[in-house]
Amino acid sequence: MKVSFPYMGTSHIVVSYLFEKLGFEVIYPPTPSKRTLSLGVQYAPEFACIPFKIVLGTYLEVVEKGAELLVTSGGCGPCRAGYYGELHKRILHDLGYPVEMIIFEPPLVEPLDFFRKVHKLVKPKGILNLLHYGRIALEKMKALDVVESTLHKLRPLALNKQQINQAYFDGLELIKKADSVKEVIEAKEAALEKLNGVPVNHSFKPLRIGLIGEIYVVLEPAANHDIERLLGERGAYVHRSIFLTNWVRDNVLGYGEKDIRAKAIPFLNQMVGGHGQNSVGEVVRYAEEGFDGVIQLAPFTCIPEIVAKSILPAVSRDKGIPVMTLFMDEQTGQAGIETRIEAFLDLLWQKRKKQEAS
Amino acid sequence: MRAYLGVDVGSVSTNLVVIDDDGNVLVDLYLRTQGQPIQAVQEGMKQVEAAIKGKNIEICGVGTTGSARTLSGVIVGADTVKNEITAHAVAASHLVPDVQTVLEIGGQDSKIIILRDGIVVDFAMNTVCAAGTGSFLDHQAARLNIPIEEFGGLALQSKAPVRIAGRCSVFAESDMIHKQQMGHPIPDIVAGLCDALVRNYLNNVGKGKEILAPVVFQGGVAANIGIRAAFEKALGLKVIVPEYFKVMGAIGAALLAKAAVKEKGKTNFRGFVVSDLEYQASSFECQGCPNLCEVVNISVEGKILARWGGRCGKWDTLSKTG
Repeated sequence: MKVSFPYMGTSHIVVSYLFEKLGFEVIYPPTPSKRTLSLGVQYAPEFACIPFKIVLGTYLEVVEKGAELLVTSGGCGPCRAGYYGELHKRILHDLGYPVEMIIFEPPLVEPLDFFRKVHKLVKPKGILNLLHYGRIALEKMKALDVVESTLHKLRPLALNKQQINQAYFDGLELIKKADSVKEVIEAKEAALEKLNGVPVNHSFKPLRIGLIGEIYVVLEPAANHDIERLLGERGAYVHRSIFLTNWVRDNVLGYGEKDIRAKAIPFLNQMVGGHGQNSVGEVVRYAEEGFDGVIQLAPFTCIPEIVAKSILPAVSRDKGIPVMTLFMDEQTGQAGIETRIEAFLDLLWQKRKKQEAS
Repeated sequence: MRAYLGVDVGSVSTNLVVIDDDGNVLVDLYLRTQGQPIQAVQEGMKQVEAAIKGKNIEICGVGTTGSARTLSGVIVGADTVKNEITAHAVAASHLVPDVQTVLEIGGQDSKIIILRDGIVVDFAMNTVCAAGTGSFLDHQAARLNIPIEEFGGLALQSKAPVRIAGRCSVFAESDMIHKQQMGHPIPDIVAGLCDALVRNYLNNVGKGKEILAPVVFQGGVAANIGIRAAFEKALGLKVIVPEYFKVMGAIGAALLAKAAVKEKGKTNFRGFVVSDLEYQASSFECQGCPNLCEVVNISVEGKILARWGGRCGKWDTLSKTG
């Protein structure tokens, strides 16, 4: 059976590996492009958020190539994303693509349903096969996150930004090819070596910026104008609040980020869906860790992030950390994002200069 | 005399200023961009050259800002290319040193900048809505057949402003037409519009910001005394409109150029000859990967001067052709 899945950040490397080993033919979701977005926008409800539109566009691109089964995640709580898998399925069916869809709900919320779905995917090759390759996939995920966070540290220091971007992409290819735990670890070491081999300016003290917000626009460069690169190339170290590993650990295997939510409680004492409460908690954490500023990324019309945004001025004032919110939708022009980023960086440099002077 | 040139090319206007070493404005120009940023800059350069001729003024640095800052920076040979938020803040705190809030409304964008002790601590720019910016006011003035210069004065004549929905410029227009057809006098409608736009600005752009005096109001729309009065009413604060409110971005760019030249010791200014050269802009869609970047070439007399728009850097080498 030909299987495919949504594209988000580097997760496709892990997901496609696992499906191949489970015995499926994988239709690779392409990197989201203008065409992906145009397809998604054309068939999505106008006020759906940009993750919905990009994922729908991806589905349309993979069903064209023959995908018969789509596997995705669901969700619970007030965020609309929990409903997106079902809606995607109906739109695809209406358009004449009779795809099957497996939507994973959080296992602790619906354990039986979760195991039924896992069983269905695992059946052809058995559970031992899953345990064996699942471990390698997990190792790949960890490797990807380590390599990516190293890129974040080194990019603002690198003398040639193009060179470090290229070193990172070369490293991803190595991790993609690895086929055992040992190979993954070797690939990770080789990727790190490539990154560390790029000449850097060690005396430069980059701005430290936390990146928070809704998971899809935070993790997928196509949805956020590649903001990590824009910031990194302008001399800012970006710390992303969400990585695949911590997300899987906290949301698939547990009830999620209790420590971050605890930090949010003085400002927002209940969950508001999506990553809303996390966003508030993350700002508190970044302030405590002495970051220069925080950028919140939110899909336009995203209720959880809108709730967080309206609370963030109070957090910003109490904790003394500048916060800028950027809403992402299919209309957002690159120039507008660059203008705001540049102005925000100017603000943070001025603030730092003033702190250093006093 | 040493002097610095600032160029601000926006959606509606192209502004140029020349300042001296102490930051005094020697020349200020406000031209319409009319969708032709290159020509607007060249025309502005011609006028600046004419204005300083025989006055023993030497341009020792140049800075650009505005939405066409990169493009105009290439044309004039800018020492600094800065976003308009920083440029406006620099100009405002130069002219009103203790300023704490800057309200800026231009042709198609509006921003608020919060300063404390002379540095920017917060800002916001309109994201999903351009209601209440200069272009919309222009359009409404034309529709009512009132010269834009008299639009604000008309609002001050009103004793009972009507309520207009200011959230969306299309619906605001429908609302105004409706009020006209109900028989409300024009001054009341214009005053209602000013109130609506200020309400919309404060709710959207100004949301969550601590607006403290001194408040400086700048950008093309600051010419409108109706909007100024509506701001004073809504904020309960005096609103200062600086003498050069229309060209503050350009003043900021010139001040930044002065600082940049002081640091690096020389200027990249290409001279006033740029107004006579022939610039061509062309673009193509790179097919190298799914990003499909729209790459722009700027060439002068057939030679490529600058190129941007590519993400991966493969077009950064100017000798490549595409």
